[in-house]
Amino acid sequence: MKLMLKTTVSLGVLCLTAGAAFADCGIEGAGSVRILSNDFEALRLVNTTAEECAADGVTVTANANAEHKNLQVPALSINPAEYTVAVVANNSIVPLLNDDLIRPLDDLVAKYGASLQPNQLIKIDGKVMAIAFMGNAQHLFYRKDVLDAAGVAEPKSYEDILAAAEAIKASGAMEYPVAASVKPGWDLAAEFVNAYLGTGADFFAPGSAELAIDNENGLKVLETMRALTAYMDPDYLTFDANSIKAEYEAGNTAMMVEWGSLAGATIDEEGAAEGVVANTVLAAAPTIGGGSIPAVALWWDGFTIAKNISDEDAAASFQAMVHGISPEMVAANPAVATWLVAGYEPGPAAVGVIATANGGARAYPMQPYMGLLHTALSSELAEFMAGTEDAAQALADVKAAYDTAAKEGGFL
Amino acid sequence: MPHKTFFAFILPSLIAMVLFIALPIVSVVVQSFHVEHPRVMVEVENCQPFGGCTKEMQVNSAAMAQLQAEQPMGQFNGFGTYLNRGHLAVNEIGAILSSNSGFGDVVARIYNLPFYKALAFTLVFCFVVTPLAMGLGFVIALAVNAIPKMIKGPVIFFSLLPMIITPLVGSLILYWMIQANGIIGASLQNLFNDPTLSLRASPVLTWASLLFYGVWTNAPFSFVVFYAGLQTVPGDTLESAMIDGASRWERIRYVIIPHLAPLATFVALVQLMDNFRVFEPIVGFSAEANATSLSWLIFNDLSGDAQLFGSAGATSVLTIAGVIVLLMPVLIRTWREFNHKVV
Repeated sequence: MKLMLKTTVSLGVLCLTAGAAFADCGIEGAGSVRILSNDFEALRLVNTTAEECAADGVTVTANANAEHKNLQVPALSINPAEYTVAVVANNSIVPLLNDDLIRPLDDLVAKYGASLQPNQLIKIDGKVMAIAFMGNAQHLFYRKDVLDAAGVAEPKSYEDILAAAEAIKASGAMEYPVAASVKPGWDLAAEFVNAYLGTGADFFAPGSAELAIDNENGLKVLETMRALTAYMDPDYLTFDANSIKAEYEAGNTAMMVEWGSLAGATIDEEGAAEGVVANTVLAAAPTIGGGSIPAVALWWDGFTIAKNISDEDAAASFQAMVHGISPEMVAANPAVATWLVAGYEPGPAAVGVIATANGGARAYPMQPYMGLLHTALSSELAEFMAGTEDAAQALADVKAAYDTAAKEGGFL
Repeated sequence: MPHKTFFAFILPSLIAMVLFIALPIVSVVVQSFHVEHPRVMVEVENCQPFGGCTKEMQVNSAAMAQLQAEQPMGQFNGFGTYLNRGHLAVNEIGAILSSNSGFGDVVARIYNLPFYKALAFTLVFCFVVTPLAMGLGFVIALAVNAIPKMIKGPVIFFSLLPMIITPLVGSLILYWMIQANGIIGASLQNLFNDPTLSLRASPVLTWASLLFYGVWTNAPFSFVVFYAGLQTVPGDTLESAMIDGASRWERIRYVIIPHLAPLATFVALVQLMDNFRVFEPIVGFSAEANATSLSWLIFNDLSGDAQLFGSAGATSVLTIAGVIVLLMPVLIRTWREFNHKVV
C-alpha cells in the first residue's frame, strides 16, 4: 500500500513537471523578475513566455491586472520596488516618467537587445525608456452582407458611416446599424480623443498646458459623435468596448469602431451568430470632416524596467522580457496581436490596425497633462451624448473641468 | 463603575478608534488643503514606433524631486480646492445668481456643476430610500411575525438575501434583469407595448431603477431590527388591547409602533449614513451619465489616468460634513431623550 502511494505521488509529480517548459534565457547569476501588466490575452501570453525563464536563482512572477494603472506608481515608488517590470502603453508610461520611476535602458539594449528592432525602442529625450512589442488601435468592423444589401460601399469616413446607417435603417434590415463604446468614463473620452486626432488639430496650445479644443474642430467632433447616436441602440450610454463586441457578434449591428486587440476574438467562430464572422470585414478607421487622417489614436504596448531595483534584477528582468517578446513566441502566436517584433507576418486579425497605421493615424498624445484632459472629457461629455446639453456648453464644461484639475495638478 | 475601571475597559477600543478612524480622517483633511507643486516643464524629443519623432513637453523630474523633498505634501492651498468648480463652485454660483433668466435657468445651471449634480442624487437617494426601506422592512417583520413557526426559518432566510449579496453583485444582477433582453426589461416592454422602452436610457427611469435597488437592498436591515424588536412587545398590553376591542391595525398603531419608536430612530440613523455613501449601484448600473454621487466623485478623482488626491480629499471632507448635518436632528433627539431619562 505504502509503495503504491509512493509510486502514485511520484508519477503525479512527474506529470506536473512535464507540462512546464524550461527555456534558456541566458540569464547569468541570480535575479528576481516581477511583472505588472494590464490584463488582456496578448499581455498574458508575453507574461507566461517570460515565466519560462525561471531557473536556479531566477524567479519570475507576473501580475496581469486591469487596475495596473492605479497600482504602478505606488508599487514602483518604494525601494526596492514591488515590481521590476511595468508593462505600459503610451498613456500609462507618463505617470512613471513624471515621477522618475523607470530607468533608461540603453546599456541593457546594447548588451541583451540583439533581437530588438530599431522601431521598438521608445526614445524620450534621446534615452531608450521602453521597449514596444505590439501596436493597437481602434478601427472599423463592418458586415459586408448588410452593407451590400443596402447598396452601400465600404465606408471611408464618418460621413459615409452616417449615410450607410441611414440606408440600412431605411431598408429595414437593422434598427440600430451603428455601435460605439461611448459609456461615460474612459471609453467616451477615448472616442472624443480619437475623432479629434482625425481633425489633425492639437489638443493644447504649443509648449503649454492651455487647452485648445474649444474651436470649430471640437464642435465638428461633438456633432459627429451626436449624429451617430441616432443609429445606436437607445442604451448606447451603457455600452463599453466589450458590450459592443457582444452586440456585433449577436448580429444586432452592422458597423462599429472597435479595438484591434479584440479583432481576433471577434472573427473566431466562438459566440457569434450565424453569418456574422463570414461577412465581417476589418478596415481602416474612418476619417472625419473631409480630412485624410484616420480618426483614431494609435497605441503601442511595451515594457519598462523599474528604477528602484538592483542592477542584477534589472538585467534579469530585461532578459526575461526580451525572451517574452522573442520572435519565436511571435512566430508561434501570430494571430494574438499586431506585433512589432522582427519576422512578424500579419494575420487576418491585424488587417485593420495595419491599414489604420498606414493611413497615417496619429499616436495617442504623451503630454503629462493629457490624462487630466481624458478625465475631464470622461465626466463632462455624458450629458451632451444623452442629448440634454448643446455642444458649445459641453466644450465649455470640459475646459472648466480641465482647468480646475490642471491647476490642482500644478500644470497651469 | 469607577471612572478608572471604565477608562481601562474602553481603552483598547479607544486606541483602535484613534488609529483607524480619527487619524485617517485627519490625514484626509490635511491632504485636502494641498495641491501639487507647480510643475517644471522641459521640451524633449519623443520617438515612437508610429509617427517618428515629435517635440513634446515633459515634466522635469529632477527639479520636481527636489521640490518634493522640501515639501512632500505639495503646495499649501488653504480652502482653494473646496471653493473651485469641482466642489462648492463659489465663483460659478455667484456668476449664475448675478445673471440668469429665471429660477429654472438657475437650477439647470447649478445642476450642471459636478458637485451639485452628485449632491442632488445623493440627497434624493437618502430621503427616498430610507423611509421606503424602513416601511417595507417593518411590513415584512409584521408578516413574518404572524406566520406559523414551521415556515418561519426559510422565510426569514429569503427575506435577508438582498443584504447577504454583495452590493456590487446585487446591483449587477438587477441591472442585467432590466436590460431590454432581461426578464424585467422585456416584461415592461410587453406591458406598456413599447419596444423602445429602456430603463437605462432616460435619466428619470435610471433614477427610479437606482431607488428601487436601494429599497430592495436596504429593507432586510430594517426587517431584522424590527423583527427583533417585535419579540419584546409585552404580550399583556397586546391582550388587554384585544379585550378592549382594538383591531389589528389599532394594536399596531397604538401598541407596537410606540414600542418600536426608539428602534426606528436607530435604524434611521444607520440607514441615512449608509445611503449618503451610495456608490456601488452607480457603478453596477453604469449610471454615471444620469446619476452620480459624492462617493462616485471621490472614486472618479482617484481612478483614471491622473489621480487628484487634493480634490478627492476635499470631497471626502464635504461628505463627512454632510453626514454630520444629516444626523443632527436624530442626534439632538437622542440627546434630549437621554437627559429626560436621567432627570
